Amino acid sequence: MKHISLLVATGLTATTLASTSFAAGRDHIEIVGSSTVYPFATVVAETFGKKTQFKTPKIESTGSGGGLKLFCAGNGIDTPDITNSSRRIKASEVKKCASNGVTNITEVQVGFDGIAIANAKSGPAFVLSRKDLFLALAKQIPSGEADELIANPHQTWQDVNPSLPNIKIEVLGPPPTSGTRDAFAELALEGGCKSFDWIAQLKADSKVAKASGDKTLASTLKSQYKGVCHTVREDGAYIEAGENDNLIVQKLEKNPNALGVFGFSFLDQNSDKVKGAQIDGVEISFENIASGDYPVSRPLFFYVKNNHIGKVPGIAEFIAEFTSEEAWGDEGYLTEKGLIPLNEEKRAAMADSARTLKPLSLD
Amino acid sequence: MNSTITSTQIIQASLRKRYAKERRFRFFGLLSILISFAFLIVLLFTIISKGLPAFQQTYIKLDVTIDETILGVTKDSEHNALYSASYNKVIKQTLTTMFPDASGRKQKRALKNLVSSSAAYDLRDAVVADPSLLGTTQSFWFLAKDDVDVFMKGKIDRSLPETERRIKDYQLSWIDALLAEDRLEKRFNTVLFTAGDSREPEQAGMKGAIMGSLYTMIITLLISFPIAVASAAYLEEFAPQNNRWVDIIEININNLAAVPSIVFGLLGLAVYINFFGVPRSTPLLGGLVLALMTLPTIIIASRAAIKAVPPSIKEAAVGLGASPVQTLFHHTLPLAMPGILTGTIIGMAQALGETAPLLMIGMVAFVAEVPQGFLDPATVMPVQVYLWSDSPERAFTERTSAAIMILLAFLVVMNLLAIMLRKKFERRW
Repeated sequence: MKHISLLVATGLTATTLASTSFAAGRDHIEIVGSSTVYPFATVVAETFGKKTQFKTPKIESTGSGGGLKLFCAGNGIDTPDITNSSRRIKASEVKKCASNGVTNITEVQVGFDGIAIANAKSGPAFVLSRKDLFLALAKQIPSGEADELIANPHQTWQDVNPSLPNIKIEVLGPPPTSGTRDAFAELALEGGCKSFDWIAQLKADSKVAKASGDKTLASTLKSQYKGVCHTVREDGAYIEAGENDNLIVQKLEKNPNALGVFGFSFLDQNSDKVKGAQIDGVEISFENIASGDYPVSRPLFFYVKNNHIGKVPGIAEFIAEFTSEEAWGDEGYLTEKGLIPLNEEKRAAMADSARTLKPLSLD
Repeated sequence: MNSTITSTQIIQASLRKRYAKERRFRFFGLLSILISFAFLIVLLFTIISKGLPAFQQTYIKLDVTIDETILGVTKDSEHNALYSASYNKVIKQTLTTMFPDASGRKQKRALKNLVSSSAAYDLRDAVVADPSLLGTTQSFWFLAKDDVDVFMKGKIDRSLPETERRIKDYQLSWIDALLAEDRLEKRFNTVLFTAGDSREPEQAGMKGAIMGSLYTMIITLLISFPIAVASAAYLEEFAPQNNRWVDIIEININNLAAVPSIVFGLLGLAVYINFFGVPRSTPLLGGLVLALMTLPTIIIASRAAIKAVPPSIKEAAVGLGASPVQTLFHHTLPLAMPGILTGTIIGMAQALGETAPLLMIGMVAFVAEVPQGFLDPATVMPVQVYLWSDSPERAFTERTSAAIMILLAFLVVMNLLAIMLRKKFERRW
């Protein structure tokens, strides 16, 4: 059994190899970030890998927040070169980045994503407003009397709004860890929530307090506002259906009375199975999201660590590919995958600032 | 006398009850086997019925006139010029001459989307390899786009109204025309085994994930097997008996076997990435993390196997003058090897199906290129299943099931290997 000792030796060598530091330098681009941008970034990466002689970038889907955390960890070659985000970078994240020496960042907006509220083709057509969505799905809603909140009593859509069908409220959506859920809360629920004057006043008051320097009051008011607007009810009307949007589509097919919340690309791919609801009188469609008329849509970004340009081959060329008309244009291959492009003017400006690596400014 | 009669009667009465109990128990045992078997059948049936179509792929035959003026290159052009010429336009041109009726942006785009985007790259590679093709007309079989493929597999109902179909009427007329000319063909999907991952379903393959799994498993085996066998041998043969430290170590090994796998991922992130600086997303890192996870499984199996070697053999060896280490290597380990190998293979099979710890160390990622070694970014098979199941394109549903079938095939082969090794080397005393 001599080969056992041989194996022990190889094992030990492997461990020592692993513990010695790895040669600096990397020949592929590393990208992290939002799961919403992931399907677009991967297509660009693949095309880039095939078209050019550079290696195909590696893309991890970590979520926007997770991506920025990795991105801001430092300037070392072991940190990602690019992070995708389905929201703008926050001031606190810029600060975090700066404290780790990551100061030279370029922001590129790539387009929009629409969030569909859809049900099965066989189900009734829904014409919803953001207020309806808020009243149907928030944990607490205004009682109508003064500034009072009550636990959400609505059981059917008709309870919410007499013009809606008389069926039980059942909404399948992503869990709180998902960026789609955050965006849904922020764009749909908060949009409806703000239509109550006294709630909107909370936010305004918080801003006033912040301006006058009373930080504690500002943050209490703000968290009160967020608590009302972003908290989804937990009594079974909103069903957390997991991160997998395909699964939600499958479940909707089986239950024509349920609504589902997912990204526009899934609606687009499954247009024979599910249909999107009208929100605030606007149909969900490619054109309506691009024009900004459809209210539940959000901008998508990626951020480039300019310090890595020159250290990792191909970053500038990758940005050029992403911002080429062939990719993100009206007829580009990204629109085939469900990306809603910026308008032509904005695209030109964005492509220009991306190629010249314009430093990020937050206002 | 009376009492004996009654006791026989009592026994007979209770006997019937006991028989009934016996029958009931057997029935329940059989029932539970049937239930688990039914679950297995349902599982396999759904996966196989969904996944089988993925092993076929539609190809389209196009007669491409490789026009030098469109490409803007000649036979004598440099390699780089040939490489970066826009072959897209040539493909587009071919399709428009075949179907001149396509009008408007939407239809023209749909026409271009009959063939996969890989067609241009296939054409490029053909021309770069043989520039004399320039200016000639050649027949090529190109991959069909996923929508066409899904339609060819009968998953789009053409009786539905046009608005509810992904394939519109004009696309149907093109497909019918192609079918009439025998230009559409379903073939065995070799791409599934020869290509890396892709976001285009028709170009996506498992090779990257299979190679990633292979490299990861090699590292896992190299690290966990020697360490586990050495620890098991030490604990069984050399460790002092009734020592508190040995007891603590033993308990901890058993506990470690029950630790949720994601914890090993976190540990890997903290120790290997942040402390040792092992690069993220590499098979080396994945293998190191999975080795931690498989160690306790192999240690426990190896200890049981070593314990099962009859003491008489060890005593005979010692009696003939062998040292403890000689006894171990010449007698105990060879005899315990079938058990050790079975445990190892089962541990490896477990590691092969694991995704949770890899999530933490960046192996759940889009990696299009097939890894060439231990330090290239890679994913593994279960991660590929997860990534495909999460993709919006319809054609990925069947590929997800196909990927599961490939993964299951590997697991079955590994388990068969374990059984065969056991059968071959097993000894009875």
